[in-house]
Amino acid sequence: MVESAIQAGAKPVYGVLAEFDDVDSIAKAAREVRDAGYERFDVYSPFPIHGIEREMGLRPTKLPWIVLVCGLSGTSLALFFQWWSNAVDYPFKISGKPLFGIPANIPVTFEFTVLLSAFAAFFGMLVLNKLPELHRPVFESQRFRRATDDRYFLAIEANDPLFDAKRTSELLQKLTRNPVELCHDSGQSGALPSWLRAGFVGVAALALLPLAATVWARAFDTTRPPIHIVRDMDSQQRFRAQVANPVFADGRAMRPDPLGTVAWGELGASGAAQAGKRGDTFVDAFPLPVTSNLLERGRERFAVYCTPCHGQSGYGDGLVALRASELQEQNWVQPSSLHDPLVRTRPVGQIYDTIVNGVRTMPAYGRQVSSDDAWAITAYVKALQRSQNASVDDVPLPERAKLGVQ
Amino acid sequence: MTVDSTSALHLDEPYARPVLVEGDRDIAAVTRRVCGVVEAPKPPKAWYVAITITSAMTVMLFGCVAYLIATGVGVWGNNSPAFWGWDIVNFVFWVGIAHAGTLISAILFLLRQKWRTSINRAAEAMTLFAVCCAGLYPSIHVGRIWVAYWLFPVPNQMQMWPNFRSPLLWDVFAVSTYATVSLLFWYMGLVPDLATLRDRATTKLRKGLYGFFALGWCGSARHWQRYERAYLILAALATPLVLSVHSVVSFDFAVSQVPGWHTTIFPPYFVAGAIFSGFGMVVTTMVPARELFGLKELVTLRHLENMNKVILATGSMVGLAYATEFFIAWYGGNPYERFVFLNRALGPYWWAYWLMVFCNVVAPQFLWVKKIRTNLWAMFVISIFVNIGMWLERFVIVVTSLTRDYLPTSWGYFAPTWVDICTFAGTFGLFLTLFLLFCRYLPMVAIAEVKTVLPAAHPHGGHGHKEGAHHG
Repeated sequence: MVESAIQAGAKPVYGVLAEFDDVDSIAKAAREVRDAGYERFDVYSPFPIHGIEREMGLRPTKLPWIVLVCGLSGTSLALFFQWWSNAVDYPFKISGKPLFGIPANIPVTFEFTVLLSAFAAFFGMLVLNKLPELHRPVFESQRFRRATDDRYFLAIEANDPLFDAKRTSELLQKLTRNPVELCHDSGQSGALPSWLRAGFVGVAALALLPLAATVWARAFDTTRPPIHIVRDMDSQQRFRAQVANPVFADGRAMRPDPLGTVAWGELGASGAAQAGKRGDTFVDAFPLPVTSNLLERGRERFAVYCTPCHGQSGYGDGLVALRASELQEQNWVQPSSLHDPLVRTRPVGQIYDTIVNGVRTMPAYGRQVSSDDAWAITAYVKALQRSQNASVDDVPLPERAKLGVQ
Repeated sequence: MTVDSTSALHLDEPYARPVLVEGDRDIAAVTRRVCGVVEAPKPPKAWYVAITITSAMTVMLFGCVAYLIATGVGVWGNNSPAFWGWDIVNFVFWVGIAHAGTLISAILFLLRQKWRTSINRAAEAMTLFAVCCAGLYPSIHVGRIWVAYWLFPVPNQMQMWPNFRSPLLWDVFAVSTYATVSLLFWYMGLVPDLATLRDRATTKLRKGLYGFFALGWCGSARHWQRYERAYLILAALATPLVLSVHSVVSFDFAVSQVPGWHTTIFPPYFVAGAIFSGFGMVVTTMVPARELFGLKELVTLRHLENMNKVILATGSMVGLAYATEFFIAWYGGNPYERFVFLNRALGPYWWAYWLMVFCNVVAPQFLWVKKIRTNLWAMFVISIFVNIGMWLERFVIVVTSLTRDYLPTSWGYFAPTWVDICTFAGTFGLFLTLFLLFCRYLPMVAIAEVKTVLPAAHPHGGHGHKEGAHHG
């Protein structure tokens, strides 16, 4: 049978295949074949036969070393990345703890070590075994199907230097009672059908599209607004202040106050006490009685809010102003002296208005200083102005003697 | 095999052990028996009934998840102060169940417990399916699921990196590594068996599909040598991994400052509980599955009894952990800690606590009796108790601590919504659907591994072991 097969010679010979009944006979055969000097042969069995590698003279696999290297790479990569990302590139400051401390980084390091080691063990095994390899010449034997069920096979390959179809077959036939067969390599490839391969390539190409789109978007600038696939809170639907809104009869998105309501803080804002003026004219009388309490309050508030720029006496020589002049600040506008004739002749309503609403570079103090306090400051400013520009006539008669004037 | 060879094998043992495979112990019979389930033209009627129900539940799960994503996490019962509710309870529950598979495959493999070969495949599959259910929860719990990738250290538009010192990030790494390694381990074990199915296939479709996933496995001794080494390495890696995963899950609680969570007992206590619940689920699923698919000779009463022993041992450990927590609450002298534990047992959730103690500590004690631990109905009922008890344990830990936090003004009582309940029921649908599909289309028992524990698998088996070890 073997000889006729050789003569047929249509397909190249892959090797000789022998079938065995049990573990003992295959183990014995493996040893005999090895002792006969063959090297390119293999044993096929439905389960691992322990000890067969010694019978066959196989060397231990180097897989553990691959796993060790990958595992150690995992350890160092994980440690390095945690240090770089959390301590260097984006330092996380949490409760004053050190930016990098081994104990907190152990869990991730451990998991990553295991992950890479497991990949190395699985894929390393596949690569060393040259899997996947969907088609093999031995699969062309019908009997070989039982190699994954309950039969044991030994194949000596034709590319072994000692291989001789006749002598090799005879050697194997001595070891088994089952007929030995010649195995051909029909050259059939184990590749997948072309339509399936095209499908895989197509799916893989499509799967790359989102990545390509992301890279494109990251690499180029655009003036168009970003595409929000999922609308977050920052892009919620609403009417902006100045746009038209068809819901209301007047078409305005911004609604006026409903009739009879007053907005917070607007109550009485139109009155003279709050505005400091009546119509367009500044008032020149205090809307509240000027008492020594009011002046005392005014002095205290003036010291808090006004002295930093205007100075204790109101000449515009406060500490801020002095320092700005010292530093020769370019944009600094010297605060007005409250004793400037122009300021002195202003109606009290205008001084009040300046305090509440500000003027030129002076900010508005209406938010920090209540209306009553602004009037108190105004009263104090008027007193201050009078004190700095007084004549002897302002001194009451009984006091003049103390000053030594008439 | 002859009678002699069997008895010869037993001489090697310190004492006669019960056999691992009953009935016809021929190598080909194992192939026939396991492949027969997959190759049968039609599965049992019960399979159709079961998968109809479970797939309907799976559809309900997807509906609930879609509703949650479209609406927001507010559809759940989570609210101040219990910002973790059933989502985290169910996550920990499913991750715990996922521990039995790898424990059986890896730890029992390293300990050379050969009885594992009949049940490891199904248990590993359960691990994967349970991890699917578990992984679902944290990803939908984040609310804005479309930015869930921020959990991973990928460059993003905020130019920020995740905080690697946060237990929640450790969790991401632990659970995703565990899922990946479990998948690799399971698939690697499947490769030789898929080759068996490929070689027995009668239709082109089966040959093509099983052949594709069998990667061209041919059973070469050179391949087996590297395969076994890779399997051993994966087992050695998965053993610390399986212990680390639930430890890391427990860190989610233990590293925080909440009384009742901030304890050092959590990692071992959680791991014991995970193994306990995992074995409970394996018994719950394997008892009906072996009846339904006629695998009683491969998954023998001895396998079930061994699993029951593990349940008994880990259940007692869990009971010890409960007692230790109370002891430390008293011995530690921290009034807040003491309040939390008194509140657990006597507070508004007393019913959950005592039901948990009954299910987890009292019910498994019946397994001391051999008659009960070898009775299918009794072990099935006890395993159901274990499942319920372990769910309640996570509920008690999460909810009792959160609803009694530092501010008495914000104390509350957690109530789940219909979405909570339907989502949880739906995860059982997903788990069981995947398991039923697995039973029907993949070898439920590791064919090649079972063959290695048969007497016929050992060289010189026919001549006894007296000759000594292998030559050369």
